Amino acid sequence: SLNCVEWSLLPPATEEMVAQAEQLKGRFQGDPSFEYEYTEINAGDAERLFEDGKEPMIKEESRLVATIEQIDRAVGIIPRGAFVKTPLGSVCENRNFEGLSLTEAKKLSSYFHFTEPVNLKNKTLLEKADLDPSTDFLDSLEHDIPQGSWTVQLEKGGTVVVLRSLLWLGLTFYHVPMTKQYGYVYFGTGEKNLDLPFML
Amino acid sequence: HGPYQPHEPGYGLYQPGYSPYDDQIPDPKSRMLAIQNAKAFLLKSSTTSGLNLYDHLASMLTKILDEQPTNAVDIIENISKDVKWAQFQKKMDTLRDEHEILPTFEAAEKRKALFLKANGEGDEELEEEIGESPLPNVMETAFYFEQAGIGLSKDESYHIFLALKKLISVQPIQTCRFWGKILGLEMNYIIAEVQYHEGEEEEETEEVIEEGGKGMGEVEDEDEKKEKEDEPPKSTYKPPPVIPKEENGTGANKYVYFVCNEPGKPWVKLPPVTPAQIVCARKIKKFFTGRLDAPIVSFPPFPGNEANYLRAQIARISAATHISPIGFYQFAEEEGDEEEEGGGGRDTYEENPDFQPPSVAEMADSLSTWVHHGQSILEQVCC
Repeated sequence: SLNCVEWSLLPPATEEMVAQAEQLKGRFQGDPSFEYEYTEINAGDAERLFEDGKEPMIKEESRLVATIEQIDRAVGIIPRGAFVKTPLGSVCENRNFEGLSLTEAKKLSSYFHFTEPVNLKNKTLLEKADLDPSTDFLDSLEHDIPQGSWTVQLEKGGTVVVLRSLLWLGLTFYHVPMTKQYGYVYFGTGEKNLDLPFML
Repeated sequence: HGPYQPHEPGYGLYQPGYSPYDDQIPDPKSRMLAIQNAKAFLLKSSTTSGLNLYDHLASMLTKILDEQPTNAVDIIENISKDVKWAQFQKKMDTLRDEHEILPTFEAAEKRKALFLKANGEGDEELEEEIGESPLPNVMETAFYFEQAGIGLSKDESYHIFLALKKLISVQPIQTCRFWGKILGLEMNYIIAEVQYHEGEEEEETEEVIEEGGKGMGEVEDEDEKKEKEDEPPKSTYKPPPVIPKEENGTGANKYVYFVCNEPGKPWVKLPPVTPAQIVCARKIKKFFTGRLDAPIVSFPPFPGNEANYLRAQIARISAATHISPIGFYQFAEEEGDEEEEGGGGRDTYEENPDFQPPSVAEMADSLSTWVHHGQSILEQVCC
């Protein structure tokens, strides 16, 4: 929505959209039907694209959808224990989740990425033995590359813990320890911070 | 078989005339006895915890029927655990937990100092100063920014207001403004832009110059020694002349900035900025950690630590983005002397009492209704 009054449904993201959107740089225009032209295309890509007969234009709408998908996939996080895996394999909300404790909330290892786990199988057997299969089935934030791409801060006298991502500037996650409240929100320009390793 | 004792398995089942091995359905009497037996078993108290299963099941079922959770069978174990845990409110313990000092409490203690008045003498002075208070109305500006969609929470704005009040009571300040907040990795910075009364803070610069003079003397001695020992070919490289730092109170150093990590912590003054620092700050991009003494590791190497980098960034931001509607400020009444100095006379401006704000539509449409009222930093970093 552009004015919080009229809302339009965005199409779901496809891999192709995401791949195309990654090549675009610069700010969003604010107009969903704006069309970007590729300015830098490899020779190989250009041939492929022109063979199909399609022009290399991408609408801002698709770029928006792809960016949302990328953000969710990369930095969408939940506290440990908020979701459990049933023996049947499906993931569902843990109704008994009562929040993390204060000490746990300050540690990065108590937050997980809410997407298909990538690093889980790479752990050593020793580490795997310690995992609880019902709650520890996602990637933890500890092993994010580069090290230190999350900042943890306590706000409001220590009652709220706020995590901010430095890879996608503007992604903020909050959690009130010992309660069920948590959530994340993104306010930003929609650009990945590629300078991150230099800025740390 | 004699009459069975209660502890024997056949108790209650055996009735005269019937044997336990009958295939017939036992008659109601024996069923009642079976039920009573089962209940007696359930009522048996556990030897470890003093609870009995019967009461526990009863309370669990009561809880379920009261709350009617969906899919109760999936969380039945947790309900059982919760019911048992609820018993822990016993007052039987004669020991009491030591009153835990929560970190929230400690944080609140620090902020408490903000809320107290400085001292009793302050009351009389306050009456005199009400006319021209340098204290900005942080809550009002916060309200306007909130309308625009940017801001800090009300709590935080109020704490900042109190912290600024403290700052003013400590330092001899003429004007003060809440400049903003910069987010850092470990801690954040809250920044206040301040202007001193005339002639208040020139002492510090003199000290710095003296120390610089001594440093130069030592370096020259060493150079002479080196020349006598061995004479490698001297490079003809002359570093570009160091651009002189601007005087405090003019140009990029017009305002003095104070920072603190959180309202309630002491305010720290940032050192004045040098042109070399601004030049370097334009080339690097680093996150702030939140500690003012942290070194900045970068290429090109930044001359200074985080406090200098912060000051340089503040200077760049202020110079580039401080704007006001056209006509709001006008130059101070010019005297003859200022015109002779040339461009140097345009440092001061004051509010235009005849300012008529143009309509909102006009201001939002074009950018020509807004002007910079700060001086922008030129390439060679003088204003």
